[in-house]
Amino acid sequence: MLMVFMLTILSIVTFLLFNAVPTDPARLTCGKTCSPATIEANRIRLGLDQPLISQYLEWIKGIFAGRTYGSGTATFNCDAPCLGYSFRNGEQVTDMILTSLPVTIYLAIGAFVLWMVGGISTGIYAARKKGKWQDRAIMGATLVGYSLPVFFIGILMLIFVVVRWNILPYPSYVGPNVDTLQFLQTMILPWISLAILYAAYYTRLTRSQMLDTMSEDYIRTARAKGLPEKTVLRKHALRAGLTPIVTSAGLDLAGLLGGAVITEYIFGLPGLGRLAIGAVTEYDLPTITATTLVAATFIIVANIVVDLLYAAIDPRVRLQ
Amino acid sequence: MARKNNDVLEVPRGATVTVGRTLSQIAWLRLRRDKVAKVCLAILFFIAFIAIFAPLICSVLKIDPYQFNSALLSDDGGLPSGRFGGVSLAHPLGIEPLTGRDILARLLYGSRISLFIAVTATAITVVTGVVIGILAGNSRGRLDTFLSRVMDITLAFPLLLVIIAMSPVLEQRIASLGIPEGNSSRIVTLILVLSVFGWPYLARLIRGQVLSLREREFIEAAISIGSSNRRILFKELLPNLWGPILIYTTIALPGLIGAEATLAFLGISVLPPTATWGSMLQESVSYFSVDPFYFFVPLTMLLAAVLSFNLLGDALRDALDPKAGRM
Repeated sequence: MLMVFMLTILSIVTFLLFNAVPTDPARLTCGKTCSPATIEANRIRLGLDQPLISQYLEWIKGIFAGRTYGSGTATFNCDAPCLGYSFRNGEQVTDMILTSLPVTIYLAIGAFVLWMVGGISTGIYAARKKGKWQDRAIMGATLVGYSLPVFFIGILMLIFVVVRWNILPYPSYVGPNVDTLQFLQTMILPWISLAILYAAYYTRLTRSQMLDTMSEDYIRTARAKGLPEKTVLRKHALRAGLTPIVTSAGLDLAGLLGGAVITEYIFGLPGLGRLAIGAVTEYDLPTITATTLVAATFIIVANIVVDLLYAAIDPRVRLQ
Repeated sequence: MARKNNDVLEVPRGATVTVGRTLSQIAWLRLRRDKVAKVCLAILFFIAFIAIFAPLICSVLKIDPYQFNSALLSDDGGLPSGRFGGVSLAHPLGIEPLTGRDILARLLYGSRISLFIAVTATAITVVTGVVIGILAGNSRGRLDTFLSRVMDITLAFPLLLVIIAMSPVLEQRIASLGIPEGNSSRIVTLILVLSVFGWPYLARLIRGQVLSLREREFIEAAISIGSSNRRILFKELLPNLWGPILIYTTIALPGLIGAEATLAFLGISVLPPTATWGSMLQESVSYFSVDPFYFFVPLTMLLAAVLSFNLLGDALRDALDPKAGRM
């Protein structure tokens, strides 16, 4: 119920952002050399001459039931989950999103696995070595890691690994079923550069969580009753310290599924982020609106999934 | 360390004086003993200083951010002649490839815009976040629910995507409101988009703090002696919120500096020939293979600022942590 409400509000806000804020959306349907007649024609075909409220309702109707643009002879259909029609590309936005979504999913999941494994284990290690040089070195490195501008790691990797040292061929995306080797060769750098960025944050988060829980009384009890350190760490400390990490992880993964804009841009991966950037440079409003809506939906859904996971990990949390 | 005042009465010989200190006094003491924090503060003051006095420094050094020096470039490919990207006495940090503009001058002028955007956006974010956070936390019922939903929705938006998408559209709007088109409207747009999506984080934090604070005895006491709502808000609640606000500010500022750089990298920042740290990074990246020095100058500056803020934030958090041992 809450989710439906949130999604409704979200769709209204997204719609208004991109349809009410621009001074003239119809002007944006074609390039700079566009004639006034074409603009007017597009305005009518896309229904941009209608009041905002009916435009919105038409848009929503399109998502659930499909819609038909134009009237008379020059009509075209847009099938059921219709997120709009991109004049710039002459394509249905839904199709464009469906082709770029898998790329983003591969990118996000690969990086996610890397940074969760890397970040959490480094964080635990740092917490166990608290105050020693290993801990200081890790903390220093993570601080630098997340102080670096987002694009920095990706660019440097591309310059050194690909251009200077020729270890990998220049990234050019193919699907994993088409050519698995080339897929891996293309994805490895984006995975690593995204993972480094997030791992820095997760290392710090895990470390501080572990230090917090390790000073709890029940950990002392567990040690006092003679449990091996491994069991104390895994069964008692990690489980309790995990909850905030799960929250962050869920939301970060969802955020990435909506498009890792910078990484996709640097490595030329044709994912949702690239689609959005391309749409922005071309002022392709239907595509911008749709990508924003899709990305935001991921985050809202993730919020709810995280709440459910919370209850599974921490028995003290009860769902009502 | 005993305070030097005369109203400490009749301390018995041999007894130690325990001085009562407020939490902020303790924090301040801890911070003053933190060497890392001191170094960071010094770096930040230095950066602020050179940003504020950039025109003066440039006129003393006789450098100009916009003047072309094609005479100093090599004939083939337009790279700066000389080592380290053309470092010389006249141009202490070298010159740009292709144009020969002085990098130090551009860096100094760029700091002004980068910092102006980051500081203004942080200020707007913090003020909005605190006001809305207190409002939501202090008012039970509908207003709280409404504001919390607004925060949830705002947080659900893919930040970078919306900023990128909104910038050109918003810029037209702002320009049509009478702000001169070009860099003024661009800067206003950047500040606006960066603050609009920043405040909910702080507002949520503050709301949570207020929720737990308002159940505490001292608030109850204030209510029971008939304090006005205003007094409770500003004299009772706000002083207890300085810690999180301060910490958030030191985290938000470097974040926004980085965000500007990222947006510049994607081509959404000031228009050339004006420079920011981000736009310098973006321009220099393409020369990295042939003139790496050019890339490292703005990067060092950006890193120095961002790292100092982050370290200062860490130090502040440690200093304000009531769980840490008293001194």
